[in-house]
Amino acid sequence: MRERELLLKDIGMADFVLTELALFLDTHPQDRRALEYFNHYNRIKIQMEKEFSQKYFPLNLRLTDCGKEWSWGAAPLPWEGECA
Amino acid sequence: MWSYEKRLEFPVNIKEPNAMLAQAIISQYGGPDGEMGASMRYLSQRYSIPYREVAGLLTDIGTEELAHLEMVATIVHQLTRNLSMEEIEKSGFANYYVDHTVGVWPQAASGFPFTAAQFQVTGDPITDLMEDMAAEQKARTTYDNILRLIKEPDVCEPIKFLRMREVVHFQRFGEALRIVQDRLDSRNFYAFNPAFDTGECGD
Repeated sequence: MRERELLLKDIGMADFVLTELALFLDTHPQDRRALEYFNHYNRIKIQMEKEFSQKYFPLNLRLTDCGKEWSWGAAPLPWEGECA
Repeated sequence: MWSYEKRLEFPVNIKEPNAMLAQAIISQYGGPDGEMGASMRYLSQRYSIPYREVAGLLTDIGTEELAHLEMVATIVHQLTRNLSMEEIEKSGFANYYVDHTVGVWPQAASGFPFTAAQFQVTGDPITDLMEDMAAEQKARTTYDNILRLIKEPDVCEPIKFLRMREVVHFQRFGEALRIVQDRLDSRNFYAFNPAFDTGECGD
């Protein structure tokens, strides 16, 4: 697996942890361990997303920093997959 | 509002097209217990929920369902990419192909188009949450049925992920129902709509 796919996979895993924790915290808003996990993985995810966007392509508009070309528009689409 | 992430919630990388599987899996795009109905159900129901944390949960699960909708569409797209005319004719895909080529259109496996008649917004939190729990179980059953048709690991893995999410959402909706129940008048348990009726039973 290429470095790009590995980093994207790690971002996906961290973000999935956050999705799962967000739903859990919606019904358990006082759970201290879940709150700590959330903050921990959120920091990691934000850092990895920034790194990915600088090296490869922006994952969202917030991370789009344009030089001379519209990098958001040139980014691959998620449904293309790696086997295209 | 929403913002878009250019990645899937779980990776989908399918190597070989398989029109027969695509025709079954498309039911989770626009079928009776599919992800389009799931997302629209929760995102529509949330407005009449008088409890902020429960409406927030419906928003978050409804948002995750949109990510699932995209995953199912991606599976269908990759299963129908690079199909030959021979495969289309042999696999029974010709009926779909004649209307949509290999585009992704929301329909059930039977060909029945997506319709909002497949879900409800009653405006009653108890009724809606009961439907939501049933909806998660129905979707889980559908994914179980799909999994029995699949041999290929690259199709199996994302479907197993989607199935697992139905189980988690069912759990969370059960907790949301408990949160609503905790606020009901013990004399009128289940007997009135807590979003609409304010007085005694029957008022």
